[in-house]
Amino acid sequence: MKFAVIQFPGSNCDQDCLRAINGLDGLRAEYVWHKETSLAGFDAVVLPGGFAYGDYLRCGAIARFSPIMNEVVRAAKEGQLVLGTCNGFQVLCEAGLLPGALVRNRGLRFVCDMVSLRIEVPDSAFTQDCPQGTLLRMPIAHGEGCYFADPETLRELNGNGQVMMRYCDATGAITPESNPNGSIENIAGICNREGNIFGLMPHPDRASDVRLGSADGAKIFLSMAETILAGRAPGCGVSLFLTGTGTGVGKTFVAI
Amino acid sequence: MKAKVVVMPKAAVLDPQGAAVREAMQHLGMREVKNVRIGKYLEIDLERDDADVEARLHKLCRDLLSNPVIEDYQLVKE
Repeated sequence: MKFAVIQFPGSNCDQDCLRAINGLDGLRAEYVWHKETSLAGFDAVVLPGGFAYGDYLRCGAIARFSPIMNEVVRAAKEGQLVLGTCNGFQVLCEAGLLPGALVRNRGLRFVCDMVSLRIEVPDSAFTQDCPQGTLLRMPIAHGEGCYFADPETLRELNGNGQVMMRYCDATGAITPESNPNGSIENIAGICNREGNIFGLMPHPDRASDVRLGSADGAKIFLSMAETILAGRAPGCGVSLFLTGTGTGVGKTFVAI
Repeated sequence: MKAKVVVMPKAAVLDPQGAAVREAMQHLGMREVKNVRIGKYLEIDLERDDADVEARLHKLCRDLLSNPVIEDYQLVKE
């Protein structure tokens, strides 16, 4: 099962993503330079964190026009799983693949911290082992992570179950104090209506090993693998089976 | 031919930079300041100007130079 980690000039979590994914049995990740024009052979796409094109103009504004983005849009429209973390989330919003936008943190400061996140959906392609109400711990590191959507978009997001996770306190309560950046309704991550594109400001890639303080992020990558395995995400041509229970952070996947 | 583009955050979008500058101005004695919004200003030199160029420029204002979700733009030509 092969994940594409897109590298833009200015990406700086590409290595984190590659290492996090490659550290999971049966999952493999490879870099794809932003000037490439094909994602053939890949089963899922990850847009990593960083500062693509120096965040010039707006975060993700220029990256969305990179040649590979045509292919990312095509794959996404075909139903392939696309994950955008941090700057990757910003790129997905700028590309119009996810609604809303990420703007300057309310406190104006770059926030680098470990946060608690509450899963808001009963089931999704990205959170299969995390039922609604599950709390995850992941780091954030961003200056422009304040999620904004107009009231109508917000209604749609809530109505369609597209709000995947919210910032919460250690008990799971959604409070103003646990909102690190001023995001509307404490929103930390959303998906598209079809559920195959997921953007979040927290870093699953930096939380995929207990030695880093949390392995919760690995659950996202493993869930993507489970989804692809189960054939829930169309457009993927892999044939895999599930073996055993595994690796300490999740399940083991082995290609046939 | 020069085009000038002003990009401003929409009224509904939080502008913490503007709020910080407003407070600084008030702190410096400018108590008359009610509100400050911070946007972007772009000067674009163009080889020629015709309806086609203008139409394409407007398209890029919407697609690249501004994000219609959070910003409005004004295009002025000189």
